Amino acid sequence: MERVFDEELTVLNKTLLKMAALVEESIALSVRGLKERNEEFIRQVLEKEKTINDLDIEIDQVSLRLIALKQPMARDLRLIVSAMKMGGELERIGDLAVNIAERTMELLKVPLLKPLIDIPRMASLAQGMVRDSLRAFINQDAALARNVCERDQEVDQLNDQVFRELLTYTIADPTTIPRAVELILVGRHLERIADHATNISEDVIYIVEGRTIKHHFEEKDFGKKKD
Amino acid sequence: MENGKTKIETKNLDFYYGTTHALKNINMVCPEKKVTAIIGPSGCGKTTFIRTLNRMSDVVPGAKLSGDIFLDGESIISPQVDVVDLRRRVGMVFQKPNPFSKSIFNNIAYGLRINGLKDRQQIAEIVEQSLRHAALWDEVKDRLDENAFTLSGGQQQRLCIARALAVEPEVILFDEPCSAIDPIATAKIENLIHKLKEDYTVVIVTHNMQQAARVSDLTAFMMLGELIEFDTTTKIFTNPSNKLTEDYITGKFG
Amino acid sequence: MKKRVIQFIGFLILRGCLYFVMAVLFLFLYDIIHKGGGAISLEFLTQAPRRGMTQGGIFPAIIGTFLVTMVTAICAIPLGMFAAIYLNEYARQSRITRVIRLSIRNLSGVPSIVYGLFGVILFVNILKFGTSILSAGLTLGLLTLPWTITASEEALKTVPNSYREGSLALGATKWQAIRTNVLPYAIPGMLTGAILGLARAAGETAPIMFTGAAFYLPFLPKSLTDQFMALPYHLYILATQHHEISLVRPLAYGTALVLIVFVLGMNMIATIIRYRLRKKKRG
Repeated sequence: MERVFDEELTVLNKTLLKMAALVEESIALSVRGLKERNEEFIRQVLEKEKTINDLDIEIDQVSLRLIALKQPMARDLRLIVSAMKMGGELERIGDLAVNIAERTMELLKVPLLKPLIDIPRMASLAQGMVRDSLRAFINQDAALARNVCERDQEVDQLNDQVFRELLTYTIADPTTIPRAVELILVGRHLERIADHATNISEDVIYIVEGRTIKHHFEEKDFGKKKD
Repeated sequence: MENGKTKIETKNLDFYYGTTHALKNINMVCPEKKVTAIIGPSGCGKTTFIRTLNRMSDVVPGAKLSGDIFLDGESIISPQVDVVDLRRRVGMVFQKPNPFSKSIFNNIAYGLRINGLKDRQQIAEIVEQSLRHAALWDEVKDRLDENAFTLSGGQQQRLCIARALAVEPEVILFDEPCSAIDPIATAKIENLIHKLKEDYTVVIVTHNMQQAARVSDLTAFMMLGELIEFDTTTKIFTNPSNKLTEDYITGKFG
Repeated sequence: MKKRVIQFIGFLILRGCLYFVMAVLFLFLYDIIHKGGGAISLEFLTQAPRRGMTQGGIFPAIIGTFLVTMVTAICAIPLGMFAAIYLNEYARQSRITRVIRLSIRNLSGVPSIVYGLFGVILFVNILKFGTSILSAGLTLGLLTLPWTITASEEALKTVPNSYREGSLALGATKWQAIRTNVLPYAIPGMLTGAILGLARAAGETAPIMFTGAAFYLPFLPKSLTDQFMALPYHLYILATQHHEISLVRPLAYGTALVLIVFVLGMNMIATIIRYRLRKKKRG
């Protein structure tokens, strides 16, 4: 039977995806701005921030309304609750993209420290994770979501690499410290973006399977061990 | 509260039957083509109130009404008002489905015939239209001659809705329409109400808060004959202004 | 075990009562059929009485009873139905209506001879209808009226209130609602009650004794203002007042048999009508 409620869930989904698209664009723009040292892209990222924040509030309000008025159960309930959480995660990712943009503004004022290799790699991975976690949401694909969670490790490793490499620069030449710090921070922001994408994937698994794998909860789940 | 045109409005409405003061100073507005729900604990007067809107309250022994009720800006209380025509314009669906012991077709044709329609072709067309409108046509189109009591409870109630729709009302009053019906049939009727508001103004009394939350645009909370709070459904259920409303909604009483 | 024994005895007693009643009924009918059956013949049914009732038939009595019952019907049925409709649908339920209802119920308990007396005073003397079919019919009508009013009211009460409300809510006037959605369902009950009342009235002797029934009228009544013969009265005379009781006893039994068949016939008609109307009501 068709439910009026289904229409409203579709609207919620669409809003979430709209927010996700904006967030993905922001990440892409901020990293491009950094790579190509182009201020225009940075400006665009800063413009998008308000819309992203507004969408977060809208998702919260719509979700609250649906819970209060429609008494959702089972998957519907998990979907709506997870939508609220994902909205929060996306908003944080948006903020991080802005942070990267701000770091980039600072970096543009000074000459390039070193050719950027690992950071763009991290960015590409992080963007992929965000994109795939949203695709897993659209397609209700728990396997893809799990895959995203696994990629987080690689991003963490890259971040360590970036940190160590930049550290050697700063030890060799203390005048590079400001630029190095900015770049380390960018790396950190990207690593956080990947974490948030992981959270989104965990939320997707919750919607689809009804169980939570947050905080390595799975290890205790039915005695299954994670190796 | 901008909700469009006002369809029904009550001003300082008081209602007594015998010595009982059942409604106290009710001021409410039901906007056109929206669903207004009335909730409240048992005995709060919500059924009494909705019955004043089509003056079915008149049949109560010792009924006395003061204040005013307006339909499209005109009073429905003044002595010149044709109550019979009012009841055609403001239809009612009752708590317990009350199909007449006639065929399905004749149940719906009944309202048409007593209002003077004789043309068979027209009657048949309107019967089909009403049944479609009430989302019942497909289920009964092959058995229009069977007695209405062969239908299930949910179907009977939709039949009563079709019967009310046949006389082309402007407003439909629902008096706890789903309390005697199973949950699946209830869901069908709630879906139907959602469609109906495109063409009709709907006022629904329900003791089931969740139903009011699902179905209505505006909600009125009544208690002991008084209107405690009246606002958009979203506001009432997420952040009511009155503590009594909040207590009722969160289940602290009632 | 003891419970079963008690139950068995209980059922035995109940069954015994039933059998006893049936036995009495059977004996009663047997007696009449046996003693009266012999008297039944075409002549008996179609001829007027001759030779001081000792010969001939009871045709005039049959016609007389029939005519009087007709008058009763015309008087009691419409009046009873409409009174019931007013009482049940229109009258405000107050102490006065309660008193009226109580009075009506009590009237059905008034002995029929009192009705007879009343009928003499009102119809025969005051209204000057004289002793006639009209007077007797109207008297019997009064007798039957409490019955028809009560039966009609009961029939109206069985129609659920939701029908009335449902009709009003669709824009029907009160009378429309009653006519189209209450009466059709109440009429079977009303008619049945009415016919049962008539059947009773047909067998009454006291009310017609002074108001129009005559013992010996060799010709048929020509108009409503004529006197008439009637089966119950005829039976009464044959059984008690005749100068040669033992001789006419078979005729008495024959009359009784015809009367019983008449009454039973009316009851059957009532049942059939109710059955038919119930079936039609389904549509």
